[in-house]
Amino acid sequence: MSHRTPAGRVRGLGSAQHGVDHWWAQRLTALALVPLTIWFCVSIIGLIGADHAAFVSWLSTPGRAVAMLLLVVATFHHMKLGLQTVIEDYVHGRGWNAALLVLNSFACITLGVACAFAIVKMALGG
Amino acid sequence: MAGFTLPANSKVGTGKMTDSAAGASRPGTFRIYRWNPDDGDNPAIDTFVIDLDRCGPMVLDALITIKNEIDPTLTFRRSCREGVCGSCAMNIDGVNTLACTKATAEVKGDVRVYPLPHLPVIKDLVGDMSMFYAQYASVTPWLRAGSPPPEGRERLQSREDRAGLDGLWECVLCACCSTSCPSYWWNGERYLGPAALLQAYRWIADSRDEATGERLDALEDPFRLYRCHTIMNCTKACPKNLNPAKAIAEIKKTMLDRR
Repeated sequence: MSHRTPAGRVRGLGSAQHGVDHWWAQRLTALALVPLTIWFCVSIIGLIGADHAAFVSWLSTPGRAVAMLLLVVATFHHMKLGLQTVIEDYVHGRGWNAALLVLNSFACITLGVACAFAIVKMALGG
Repeated sequence: MAGFTLPANSKVGTGKMTDSAAGASRPGTFRIYRWNPDDGDNPAIDTFVIDLDRCGPMVLDALITIKNEIDPTLTFRRSCREGVCGSCAMNIDGVNTLACTKATAEVKGDVRVYPLPHLPVIKDLVGDMSMFYAQYASVTPWLRAGSPPPEGRERLQSREDRAGLDGLWECVLCACCSTSCPSYWWNGERYLGPAALLQAYRWIADSRDEATGERLDALEDPFRLYRCHTIMNCTKACPKNLNPAKAIAEIKKTMLDRR
């Protein structure tokens, strides 16, 4: 049983002096994803039934390739921020918490870079 | 990790049944959470049937009737019985509210009365508020100003500046909002909770206060402030119809203003 006072527990390690940037980035990426996701869904629906060559030629214009890259960056950045919040909310064991936060960072960045590489490769000639 | 089941000693059993409304034209059934730290038993739900024509209209009136006439061991906090002291906050019919302003007639069926969620129970309907009060104290809920007040009189505030405090100063610290917040349930040690944050904003918004920067410094933390995920249970629960979620959003906007 701990004999720490409630005031000591509340003050804890003090304020971390950050949080605004995380919160603001979550809002900005969410805002960016609204038009990007709508554009992506409409485009993919328009390409239903198309073959690989049609996808490559669709992606090879600079505007579409840049929009796809923006979509991937915003999606995986937003995903990393959101999953980090979920882990911090629910996973309280120090080891599990740290392990999952590291895994989250690595997984989101790896998946994002892989998607970006695929887009660049297709856009620059399959 | 958040748990999905109650610990064995928290499983709630069925308690005793007392019917003292024989022949009453308007019987009312109250199912009340009971737990006594001294007998080592699990919590249980006691059922009391009383004659609603012989007691006042509010749930608190019924609890006082039960305590006076049936079971004097029933334990709950109460004081003003008119919604200004915040003592009789409890979970009635699944919603955190003040027993003194909740009419028994508003509840359909049996009236279920539990302590506020996620506070350690001291006895029956009395929860341990010590962390809640420490969180309130941590936001320094008083005027902090280095400038001396004007000679021989109070610190002045324009009518507009004073109006900015409406919806903030009326809080009675009943804890209905904080204990309704899932984020406060999971991280109550580090997240300050809606009640403390509403009071933090009450002083950030005060034109006479000179410590706004220090106040924001103390709140700028992923847990103290940013565990609020705009769930809005706080605003829904507040028996004084205040809006803690909006106050927290105002703090977040103020944080952005100083970046």
